[in-house]
Amino acid sequence: MGVSVIVFGLVQLVPGDPIRLALGTRFDQETYDALLARSGLDQPLVTQYFGWAGRALTGDLGVSFRSGETVTSLIAERLPATLTLAFASILVALLIAVPLGTLSALRPRSVVDRVATVLSQIGISVPEFWMAIVLILVFAGTLGWLPSGGYVPLTEDPGGWAQRLLMPAVVTGVVSGSVITRFVRSSVLEALGADHVRTAQAKGLPARQVFTWHVLRNALLPLVTVTGVQLAYLLSGVVVVEIVFSWPGLGQLALQAVQARDYPVLQGAILLFAVVFLLINLVVDLLYTAIDPRIRR
Amino acid sequence: MTGAPLPEPAVSPTATEAGVSSTARPPRPRWRQTLGLLARNPTAAVAATVLLLIVLVAVFDEAIAPTGPNEIAVQDRLQPPSLAHPFGTDDLGRDILSRVVLGAAVSLRVGFLAVAFALVVGALIGLLAGYYGRWVDDVLMRLMDILFAFPAVLLAIAVLAVRGPGAGNTALAIGIVYIPVFARVTRASVLGVREEVYVRASRSVGASDLRLLTRHVLPNAAPPIIVQTSISLAFAVLAEAALSFLGLGTQPPNPSWGLMLAEGRGFIDLAWWLAFFPGMAIFLTVLCFNLLGDGLRDVLDPRQRTLMAGSGR
Repeated sequence: MGVSVIVFGLVQLVPGDPIRLALGTRFDQETYDALLARSGLDQPLVTQYFGWAGRALTGDLGVSFRSGETVTSLIAERLPATLTLAFASILVALLIAVPLGTLSALRPRSVVDRVATVLSQIGISVPEFWMAIVLILVFAGTLGWLPSGGYVPLTEDPGGWAQRLLMPAVVTGVVSGSVITRFVRSSVLEALGADHVRTAQAKGLPARQVFTWHVLRNALLPLVTVTGVQLAYLLSGVVVVEIVFSWPGLGQLALQAVQARDYPVLQGAILLFAVVFLLINLVVDLLYTAIDPRIRR
Repeated sequence: MTGAPLPEPAVSPTATEAGVSSTARPPRPRWRQTLGLLARNPTAAVAATVLLLIVLVAVFDEAIAPTGPNEIAVQDRLQPPSLAHPFGTDDLGRDILSRVVLGAAVSLRVGFLAVAFALVVGALIGLLAGYYGRWVDDVLMRLMDILFAFPAVLLAIAVLAVRGPGAGNTALAIGIVYIPVFARVTRASVLGVREEVYVRASRSVGASDLRLLTRHVLPNAAPPIIVQTSISLAFAVLAEAALSFLGLGTQPPNPSWGLMLAEGRGFIDLAWWLAFFPGMAIFLTVLCFNLLGDGLRDVLDPRQRTLMAGSGR
């Protein structure tokens, strides 16, 4: 509710007249008035808000000022690309973070730990659009192994789909993976120091068993949280990476909407992101209770 | 108002004879001690030194830069790095080293302004929410939750769409995004300090809320906020670069690292140095702020460790 008011209010503040933009330079007053009335922009703001919020609840986010398509269909069009990239990235991130974070926690202050710490620090600090450009230069330019960008649906061309997905997924995955690595390291370290782990070791359980049943399971909770946060971030469209790789996702849609002052599309996209964020938080909470029976009370 | 020293030992009944005067006063952050500890952490010390150099370069940019930012020399365009142009030249023949140096001032100014704004507003909200609790806490923190539910970059893009592009608005946009982070960190820290004996003692002798907040609560709640400031500076510089890269931040022909990257992107096959050096500048600055933040955390706030790491990204 609060989110929707802010989304609506923020977008209303965007300067510029969208109808003028949609009509271009040559139009008469009659067409202008007709379009203004049809889009409801001549109504008071409060009326506009409740109209919009009411329709949004039923899945009707309005019609794009620019293309005349419904916002819902525009978003639905972009959704597969964004979902693909987000889940591929989180996969890359977990493949990096879980082994690296666990290894460095098991041998704190060892060479592995130090290397992992430095790598994750670099991964957090590197601008992702710069990494994207460098990867394009090397793999698309110099080596010519991969296409420099674009997207094809999996069903049309699985090979091309994978080739085009690889670089953007690695770029965003490395960044998220670096963040997650640090959480894995600290949560595994904390779990290792817990009393019940000492007890399990003391009663002579094999190290492997102690690790999977007593350490990993306890370290899983923070991992689920941070993975959720990262997934929300990835789903909200990694705008810059999408632009560099010409990836037709939601971030690109939102940026185009800003540039074209396409209120309904911008409102719809931002509202969707906020809802996704809240949903992921809910899922994380539910997963908590599944993983940790103590929370069920 | 600041008043004479209160007879504080009297309100500290648990303190034993010897330690009275030292334990009754809240431990003050000792800057020398902090700096000393920081200097013993080699990574943080190196990071702080590099940052100091970057800041000096940004401050004395015009004296250091070999040429002006927009001196066009078409006959020298797209020159690879050489002695005359250590970082090469761009498509208009502008010296990249000069533009990177002058871009430091732009990027850092936006970064510092953004974090200063987020820090002041966020810390104030967190302080009030944490100290007064009850409905104040509920109202303020729910507001922060709503703000937090928006993806950072998109919120900044939306603010820039409303206010129009430019350096000042970029700082504002990034600042707004980071307000909830500072509010949360401050509130959590204040909650931990609020019920400390020295705060209760000071309250019981009739100190005003203002005095309590400024003299006791804020100084003792400060360490996590300081750590968060360093980490946020890293992300603010990164965000400024990203927004300028998208064409919403600093506008041409002003040199900004993100903008230079965007301009260099078109020439990546021909001239790698256009995008490479500004990217390195961003990376180095962000890395140093992150490392310094980590070092500060180890010194000031060992309990937190990596919990907040990367929370802004």
